[in-house]
Amino acid sequence: MHRRSFLKTTGLFALSSWARRASAADAGPIRIGLLSPLTGVIAAGGRELVDGFNLYWDQVGHKAGGREIEVVVEDDASNPNTALQKARRLVEQREVHMLVGDILANTGLAVAEYVKGNGVPYFIPVIAADDLTQRKRIPNVIRIAGYSASQSTRPLADYALKKGIRKVITVSQDYTFGHEQCGGFCQVFTEGGGSVLQQVWHPLNTPDFSPYLPQIQSLRPDAVFAMETGADGSRFIQQWANFGLKDKIQLFTSMNATDQSIIRTLGPEAEGVISAGHFCEGRDDAANKKFVADYEKAFAKLPSIYAFSHYSGAMWLAEAFKASGGKVEDRPRFLEAVRKVKLSASPLGREVSLDKYGNPIYDMYIRKVARRADGKLWNVPVEVYPGVSQFWKYDPEQYMKQPSYSREFQGIKKA
Amino acid sequence: MSRNAVPFAVVAAALCAVPFAAPGYKTSLATEMLIFAALAMSIDVLAGYAGRTSLGHGAIFGIATYVVLYTVTVAGGHPWMGALLGLCAATVAAVVFALLAIRTSGVYFLLITLALGMIVWGICLRWTSVTGGENGLRGSVRPSLLAGPVPFYYFVLAATALMSYAMWRFVHSPFGLTLRGIRGSESRMRTLGYDVSLHLFIGFVVSGFFAGAAGVLYAFFNSFASPATVALAQSVAALLMVLVGGVGTLVGSFVGSVAIISLENFVSFHTERWPMVLGLVFIATMIFAPEGLVGRARLMLARYSPQVRKP
Repeated sequence: MHRRSFLKTTGLFALSSWARRASAADAGPIRIGLLSPLTGVIAAGGRELVDGFNLYWDQVGHKAGGREIEVVVEDDASNPNTALQKARRLVEQREVHMLVGDILANTGLAVAEYVKGNGVPYFIPVIAADDLTQRKRIPNVIRIAGYSASQSTRPLADYALKKGIRKVITVSQDYTFGHEQCGGFCQVFTEGGGSVLQQVWHPLNTPDFSPYLPQIQSLRPDAVFAMETGADGSRFIQQWANFGLKDKIQLFTSMNATDQSIIRTLGPEAEGVISAGHFCEGRDDAANKKFVADYEKAFAKLPSIYAFSHYSGAMWLAEAFKASGGKVEDRPRFLEAVRKVKLSASPLGREVSLDKYGNPIYDMYIRKVARRADGKLWNVPVEVYPGVSQFWKYDPEQYMKQPSYSREFQGIKKA
Repeated sequence: MSRNAVPFAVVAAALCAVPFAAPGYKTSLATEMLIFAALAMSIDVLAGYAGRTSLGHGAIFGIATYVVLYTVTVAGGHPWMGALLGLCAATVAAVVFALLAIRTSGVYFLLITLALGMIVWGICLRWTSVTGGENGLRGSVRPSLLAGPVPFYYFVLAATALMSYAMWRFVHSPFGLTLRGIRGSESRMRTLGYDVSLHLFIGFVVSGFFAGAAGVLYAFFNSFASPATVALAQSVAALLMVLVGGVGTLVGSFVGSVAIISLENFVSFHTERWPMVLGLVFIATMIFAPEGLVGRARLMLARYSPQVRKP
């Protein structure tokens, strides 16, 4: 009897201490590795990315799903090799539970390749390369609160057709993101009966567009679609106005070209430019207004796409932490929770969820650059396309049989 | 030699113990240090012994990385096959570079190798159908035998040791002495009947071969190549390792690689202004130890124990 009760108590004690240890491990903080280009060509965007991500966690007191949230920031230096090294370090040394971030497609693709091997969840609110959620998707890479490159330009093409535009010229930076954005635009535009007169591809960091602009003018298009990011965006919009094309030819741009990171330094030349995107800082919606006001209060400027995406991305993760009871160590369950999130009351607009390929379905806004009451430029919606997926109106499986967009393949339908 | 045997054995034992003493991320960091030490050493062969400082070795290194990735991920070849082709490609590139560059010396050599490296970078960036353009090439290319981080570390350690020995033999051979002669005075060597161009050519190609070998290891290590792999920054980083460690010492490349990579990792942990800190370290090195860490250490040793260095 004594012996038995001894066994019972020691057994129970051992069991309970084991259980306590297990739950203590569970209750430790959730560590999120945030990769961001804090130095290098896109350092300004990198800063805003971190600010946006942290803003949300600050607002909720760094807690979600019953656990503390710890964000570990690393600089990817806008360089894919550095990004890879830092991702390794975050996972192997800092033992983060997941990776989030990166801005440039090449850095994101490098990290995606790394996590493909080890199954670490990687969330990409900015990396837009189509194939990451299409032909070459990786189960643990999910585009929370992000968009695929060709997703936003298709509604824009449709809008252009509706406005009676039939002939366009595209101008774009010559790299994958540009190829995909132009591809989405050209495919929908030509299938709807429009024609693409010419496609101009110029290298990243083009200081001077004067060789292209007269050529564009001489072809007399109804509109021009310009796919520009970073400093190229502001230079293009300025030179477009300087050449006197502003009121003669309608200018459509990628959402990056009229992003806050660019138009906050521009003047009247940017007014009236039309773009399409899932973020619209001037949209009249409670959650959106609150985010814009909070961000402006904290950082004294209107939020850019990088801040917005990572703020919404943080919200998305918080929802998933809640749904999975904070058990991020159980990766399949956690990833499933992330995929199942239906995010409402976020700056993204009405309820948002992922398609089964890991890319969100959004309301896409056709946006116009306008002046706010205080004179600052911002994007306001002029039309909304509800529930736009990365496949537009195509059948996903059928769509993925066509090649990826490239310089050679733009999906242009021959008349 | 016996004087060096003890420290040599200590370093060798320490290197072998890395995966046990510092498992996980630190082992992969050590692997990276070894690879970059090999690249830096290949530059030192030219810079330290032939007096020709190259800014094109990063490109030769990167060509090997690209070829390995292309062979395995796009063409579907075997990793060892890729390694062999990578070495060949790097050597061919070195031959082309050498033919164009050996006519010059000093700052002109620096500039022409820089230009050649930029051409390679431009090709990698724009020839999208082959190189993947800005996005680069990705895919697991490491031979299955070396899949784990520990076997891979030992493989890199063995390869680097072999390469270091080969380079050490190379610069201390009569051929290497000729290179040093050329560094001292090209015209005198010519007068003495040496074919200076041929010697420089062979020196460049051999050095390029080792840069390529480092590039192959890097492909196995990183499973990724992008224009950043062949960019000027790569050449400059390796050259800085040589300078910090000490030009013309070979060992200095190891010291430089360890110093810079660990500094990079340590400092970036604490501040996002790490490139600035690195810059300050370089400036400090140039002011206080222009002969590099190893060179400085040797001078100090010589000063405090003059009896060792009797002629």
